[in-house]
Order: sequence, then C-alpha cells, then structure tokens
Amino acid sequence: MSRQRKKPAAVSSPAPEESRRAGGRNLPPSRLGPLAVVGVASDGLRGRKLRTALSALGITIGIAAMVGVLGLSESSRADLQAQIAALGTNLLTVEPSSGFGGGDGALPAETAAKIGRIGPVDLVADTVTLDEAPRRNDLVSENETKGVTVVAADIDLLDTLKASVADGVWLDEATSAYQNVVLGSVAADRYGVTGLDDGAQLRIGDEWFTIIGVLDEFPLSEDLDRSVFIGKDAAASTFDVELNPSTIFVRTDPDQIDAVRGVLSSTADPESPDEVSISRPSDALEAQAAADNAFTALFLGLGAVALLVGGIGIANVMVIAVIERRNEIGLRRALGATRAHIRRQFLTEALLLSAIGGAAGVGLGVAVTYLYANYEGWTVVIPNVAIFGGFGAAIAIGAVAGLYPATRAARLAPTEALRA
Amino acid sequence: MSTSSNERSSPAALELIDVVKQYPGHPPVRALDSVSLRIDRGELVAIVGPSGSGKSTMLHVMGTLDRPTSGRVEIDGIELSQLSDRRLAAARARLIGFVFQQFFLLEGVTAVENVANGLLYSGASKSKRLGRAVTALSRVGLSHRLHHRPSALSGGERQRVAIARALVHDPAIILADEPTGNLDSTSSASVMELLFDLHREGRTIVVITHDRDMAAALPRQVAVRDGQLVVPDAALVGGGVR
Repeated sequence: MSRQRKKPAAVSSPAPEESRRAGGRNLPPSRLGPLAVVGVASDGLRGRKLRTALSALGITIGIAAMVGVLGLSESSRADLQAQIAALGTNLLTVEPSSGFGGGDGALPAETAAKIGRIGPVDLVADTVTLDEAPRRNDLVSENETKGVTVVAADIDLLDTLKASVADGVWLDEATSAYQNVVLGSVAADRYGVTGLDDGAQLRIGDEWFTIIGVLDEFPLSEDLDRSVFIGKDAAASTFDVELNPSTIFVRTDPDQIDAVRGVLSSTADPESPDEVSISRPSDALEAQAAADNAFTALFLGLGAVALLVGGIGIANVMVIAVIERRNEIGLRRALGATRAHIRRQFLTEALLLSAIGGAAGVGLGVAVTYLYANYEGWTVVIPNVAIFGGFGAAIAIGAVAGLYPATRAARLAPTEALRA
Repeated sequence: MSTSSNERSSPAALELIDVVKQYPGHPPVRALDSVSLRIDRGELVAIVGPSGSGKSTMLHVMGTLDRPTSGRVEIDGIELSQLSDRRLAAARARLIGFVFQQFFLLEGVTAVENVANGLLYSGASKSKRLGRAVTALSRVGLSHRLHHRPSALSGGERQRVAIARALVHDPAIILADEPTGNLDSTSSASVMELLFDLHREGRTIVVITHDRDMAAALPRQVAVRDGQLVVPDAALVGGGVR
C-alpha cells in the first residue's frame, strides 16, 4: 500500500481542523456517476419485476387516459373542423314549418327565386321531395324502395352544397328536362350501381329514368345521400305535381350571413314568416364541438385522478422498498455511499418507475387514439402537449412520489440499517 | 493525551484513543468506556466478548458507521471521528472493507457484480470495477462462480464473495463481524483459512467474534467486557489493556 503519509512528525498536538484537512486531502470523495446511479436504480427495479410492473401500471393507465382523451378529442375536433370547412359556415337552410298559425306549411314554388334576389345571397337551390317510389326495376314491388327517396333538385344544388360528382355528370339545363336521374352515394350503394357504362336505368313511379351520374357524399347531409335526383322540369312534366320546396339551401356572403338570416323568413313567406324555419347547419357542428369539449374536460379529470392514484402507488411501493431494503441501504453506506447517493438511488428508482409507466401510457394512449380514430374514419391528430405533457406529468409524479421515501432512506443511520 | 500515531515511525492501520460511546437514556448506557487500542499494519486481531459486551459498537465505531461520543479514531493515520458524512463515506469507500455475518449480498445480481459493488462509490468505471472484481473473486477461489446469483451459492461461498467485496478496493483494514456466525463448521474452517491466507499476504484484519476458541486461534486477541478492554481469559480483572 502506498498511501500518502500524513503530517510531519514535528507537529505535537494535531488540531481537529488540521486532521480534517488531512483526511480531506488524502481521501478522494465518494463518487457515483449518473450512469452508475441509473444502473443501481434499474438493478433495484429488475430485482422485483412484478412489483415494478404493477406500480408502473397505475401511471400507465393515468397517462394513457389523458393522452387518449386529448388525442381523441383533437382528432374528433379536427374532423368536425374539416366538416365545417367542407360545409362552410355561410350556408343557411329554409324549410316550411307549421308555425303558430297552423298553416299548411307549404312554401310557394317561386320562393327560391325570390330568395336569390336578396343582395348578399350567392347561390340558392331548392329540393322537392316527391312521393314517387324509386325501384331498381319494374319487377319489384313499389315497397322495395330500399329507403331511398326521389328528390326534384335545382341544378345549382351541387354548387350550393359544395358537393361533387363521383361518376358521370350532374343534372344540367338539358338533362334536367328529361328522364334522367343522379344517385346519391348511399342510394347508389343500395341499388348496387357501380358503373354507368351499361346505360342503367331506374324505375321511378311508372317511368324509366336513365342513370347519368353518382355523387360523392354530401357534407353533413345524409338525407341527400339516400336520395336520387331528377330535374324539376322532368318532375313537373312526368308526375304532374306542385313543386313546393321541401328545403331551400342558401349560400350567402360570409360577412352578411346574419343580415340575410334576418330577412329570409319574411322573403320566403311574407304572409306568415313564422311558418318558415331557418337553420344554419354549421351551428350544429359547433355545438357538437362544444359538447365534446365538456366531455374532454371530464375525462381529463378522470385521467388526472388515475395519475394521482398511480403516483400514490409509486410512493407506497417505494416506502415499502425502503423498509424492506434496510440492509441494502446499510451495506451501501458501509461500501462508501453518502446520504446523497442513497437519496439519489431511491429517487432515480421512483423516476424510472414513473418513466416506464409514462412511456407505456403514452404508447397505449396513442394506440387507442389511432385505433378509435381509424374506426371513426377520422384523421389521427395527437397533440404534442399530450405526448410530452403526459410523459412530463409522469416524471413529475415520480419525483414527488419518490422524494419522501428517498429522504427517509438517506436519513437511515448505517448502524440502524445494518441491524439484521 | 500523549500517545499519538505522529510519534511513531509508521501510522497504525487503526487506532482508537480514549473512545467513549454513550447512548442517551436513564441512566445513559456506556457501550464503550475509554477504549484505546492500536492495531498495526498486517495484524490479524480477534475482538472477543460475550453479546452485549460492546464489541459490535466497537466495530461500528472502528468502521465509522457510528461516531464516538468522545475520543479519536484513526485509520491509516487519518483522523475520522470529526469528519462530515461525505468524508466518512469516502473513508469507508477507500480505507475499510466490511464483512458481515449475514453476508448482505444483493440477491438480484451476480457474484462478480456484488464484488464490483465494493468499488461502486469509488468512481471507477464499470469495466474497471468488473475487472478488479474478477481478480478479487479469483483470489478467494471463486473464479468458477463469477456469474452465479447469491441464491445459487453455498453459505461458505457467499461469505467468500463478501470477503472478495471487502478487499476489492484494497482497503487499509478489513473489519469482519462474526464472519462465520451463519456457517457450518466446514464452511467456517474454509472462511477462517481464507482470512489467514489474507493475513499472510500482509492484510490487516479485525475479526469480531463471541467464539473464544476461534479467537484463540488468531495471533492476537482483544477481549471486551462491559465496554472496556480486559485481559483475555481473565475477564474478572478489570482495567483497560493496550
């Protein structure tokens, strides 16, 4: 052994300070690098895998709940926003209603044209629901309509609703005068119409109509998806009906929408404006988004409770670990660990536990969001705040939960800890 | 206090000077009563006494696990009784090797990792720790048990792993607390044989035991009774012995 020899022999009374300095000079301090701390802490966890997994599970559930809720609400909000954008907030619908007067609720045929003369109205289109039964052919009964309705539509309907054609063409001035029909997407499905090459026909009432087009889905208008469209002229000439509009769609200047809304009912029915019902479809979506927000807050609260319980679980497991591992603590002190080293070891264990739980929770939350959003047909949107915030919350919980047990472990006197 | 290691040509491996350890209570308990003891380098010493005699307290004070109420503790010429927790930890990490009756091996890790833990707080790199642990395990005759868990080892083997851990950092002194207390006679004999071997290599070793026969086999005995050092085999004669 070649340790450095201490003080010169001439010093006769070694003062404590001097000795301390001598001790300090001769002995490099105990050290435990960050890597070694993590190694020691993960050894501690590996020694008790089941307990590690169970206590991390609490955090996992809490974080997964929060990430999942945030991800799902963002995905559904993104979906609603996309629907609102597709629909536009400047769309108004006008429908007849019975109102207070108990009237017949029918709007005059020229209503759409009158509305079109309001200044800020860009586009207007009306639809008339007919009583005729559409059928795939003349061999099936009139009851076999498969829930599809026949609608006489204005040629501006497609532009007004920002809808599009999937196959073939939409009605125009010429085709709407004759026996041509365009199918909504659901209607086409139900009739099994896949292509237009064969000049397929549809039986409406007692007449044959040639299918000239199939539409994409309408934004937020499932009723229209389940309809087949014929021209108003063809409807008038073929079926001999009054073309009282069932619904009038009005597309306005976005800045003037409230003004238009104000005059719409009196324009549509000057005699009894209360027999007109006006709505703005985007309002429904926005209400839905607001309702989603309320649920998000509720579920976030539940996730926070789960997280809290998980944190308490970690604190509990760590307190037990400190009691059970008294001897290990004593041994480590005997091997040269300082109080700080012991504290760091147990704190790191708690942090590792919560990091494992947090990472698993983020993974699980993302997976749940992905699966559910796909199932709903939404775009998957997982906000960064959910991922980093979730993981950060787990770490913070681990730090808080580990602090007390770690301090307790560090305070344990070596002789106390080594007692068998 | 005229006796100090300063006046000798070489510092003692361990020196207790007028060490008193008193536990508070009514009346206060004097576990160590003015104990002075010098252990030179290369000695193999038995500290023997019945249970309750104060020998465990003595080990704790020697090993800096406990502070004396008064008096001085020096290891390798370094005065330790006044040091801060951090410096004491450093002293334990560099100067002292402990061997315990209960072995205190970590169950989750292999023999070589247990031995490497003897260097954990020295700041040595992991590869260096493991390298020296392999050497230490070979020294105690367990090179064929490097990667066994403690649960797969016999009692004697476990204690030899613990001894390897106590010498892996080349300490100034090895303090063994009832090292054969949990072992059968065959294992005891092999562990004692190992301690004798280490003594012959020049290690300084203090063995604490209540077993008078075992103590008698060692080159030097220090007997403790009621917190005081007494002449071995003359327990009724009071007074400190140097």
